[in-house]
Amino acid sequence: MLIHPEEILETIKMVTNENLDIRTVTMGISLRDCCHPDIDTFNENIYEKITTCAKDLVKTTDDVQSLYGIPIINKRISVTPIAIVAESCKEPDLTSVARTLDRAAHDVGIDFIGGFSALVQKGMTPGDLRLINSVPQALASTKKVCSSINVATTKAGINMDAVALMGRVIKETAHLTRDQGGIGCAKFVVFANAPDDNPFMAGAFHGIGEPECTINVGVSGPGVVNSAVRALEDPSLGDISECIKKTAFKITRVGEVIGKEVAKRLDARFGVLDLSLAPTPAIGDSVAAILEAMGLESCGTHGTTAALALLNDAVKKGGSMASSSVGGLSGAFIPVSEDAGMINAVLCGSLSLDKLEAMTSVCSVGLDMIAIPGDTPASTISAIIADEMAIGMINKKTTAVRLIPVPGKTVGDMVEFGGLLGRAPVMSVNRYSSEKFIARGGRIPAPIQALTN
Amino acid sequence: MVPSRFIITVIGIDKVGIVAGITRVMADFNVNIVDISQTIMQSLFTMIMLAEIKEENFDLSSFQKAMAAKGHEFGVEVKVQHEDTFRFMHRI
Repeated sequence: MLIHPEEILETIKMVTNENLDIRTVTMGISLRDCCHPDIDTFNENIYEKITTCAKDLVKTTDDVQSLYGIPIINKRISVTPIAIVAESCKEPDLTSVARTLDRAAHDVGIDFIGGFSALVQKGMTPGDLRLINSVPQALASTKKVCSSINVATTKAGINMDAVALMGRVIKETAHLTRDQGGIGCAKFVVFANAPDDNPFMAGAFHGIGEPECTINVGVSGPGVVNSAVRALEDPSLGDISECIKKTAFKITRVGEVIGKEVAKRLDARFGVLDLSLAPTPAIGDSVAAILEAMGLESCGTHGTTAALALLNDAVKKGGSMASSSVGGLSGAFIPVSEDAGMINAVLCGSLSLDKLEAMTSVCSVGLDMIAIPGDTPASTISAIIADEMAIGMINKKTTAVRLIPVPGKTVGDMVEFGGLLGRAPVMSVNRYSSEKFIARGGRIPAPIQALTN
Repeated sequence: MVPSRFIITVIGIDKVGIVAGITRVMADFNVNIVDISQTIMQSLFTMIMLAEIKEENFDLSSFQKAMAAKGHEFGVEVKVQHEDTFRFMHRI
């Protein structure tokens, strides 16, 4: 037999015992041909475009799933940032656009649609501002729509006016969805250096340099990496890195074969394969567990940043060998609420917000799915965002912030979001004010790292 | 559908008649066995087959359902997966 039985069983074990899955097949759709000054016509155009391009998305992914026997968990769509395509609509409130996206997403049967977004790293157009002001209502009145705002890049610096606005947008979104623990905020990401082709939510959008229609695939598998590392007998850190690299390679290869097949069947371009260790609440399917497998007593203790750096780098190396189309975020995610190990680490006091911030300087995303007290001032939220944006800007990497100031909850409380979003312990923030700093506004200039030409 | 090869795995507690039952379903669907191996691994019955399907419009989904149902009868887990899943993962 061409493939050794042990190899076949290894693959099967990855799926059945270790939660290997294709986390998402995300179809990127350009809406640039949908622009219209009349918002009703614009809404009709985008509904028509999305439901035409994606009409077979769910069926095709289901067929490919059964062909290869690898579960595909989510089917999603990302669209051109709405602030760009809705710029010519003079309507001040763009909530109806979000509702249209929601309806289209529902009608084609997908899980989430991303792209209620604006790219404002250097400044805001009137259209950007209209979109940003519409975000709280848009997220409160839809189920499947995700929103993201890029407020910083290494090339442009940090738009601190936008950062100041973000704090208020997050507070308002939490307030409007207070009956569900502020869940609207779980669908909202603030970015530095946002990738154009990221398939993961809530930050996916179809970038302006992208083709008409693409398929981007997000592969996951913290559980597989965790088991592989734990199976090693008294390994050196070099052995661990090697093991993670090989495992990442195998996972990525599966993602590539599936992504290409889905793209071929849908007559779309295969965009990127994003190998990101995205944890789920399932036991063992945890990035914190991998760090602990390396020898840390609890995630968040001293040594965590180094262990995460090793993990993130090994994942990227394995992934880049396995596919020529690696892109998006590709690394380790550290969302607190979605990772049982992270939750435990917070509960036992070993993982703090400050440590998470340090960890984001060496992994692929940022402060993700973190619940903070509902009475946190907007300026403090903005300042947390500013710190995170600075890490992204200086290190020429993507960073993101997805915070939930849970209305009525305080440090030590637990909030349940359900499903993949999991549950989160409310974490404490620094009690000293950042008000004056945030109120100054303006722009933090592009760093010296930007001068590469 | 182009002629394609599938890996069929049957894993579970050993029982009389598993091989006969499973291969009967394959014959019904006109699925040819190219290679077959069977062992007991960690006290579990493990049968792996490389199967070939030549039909143009083979109904994979019905075949997978029939195989899973037969497996259920014997209390074993049966999976039918395209060969590429394993080829891509373990071969460069």
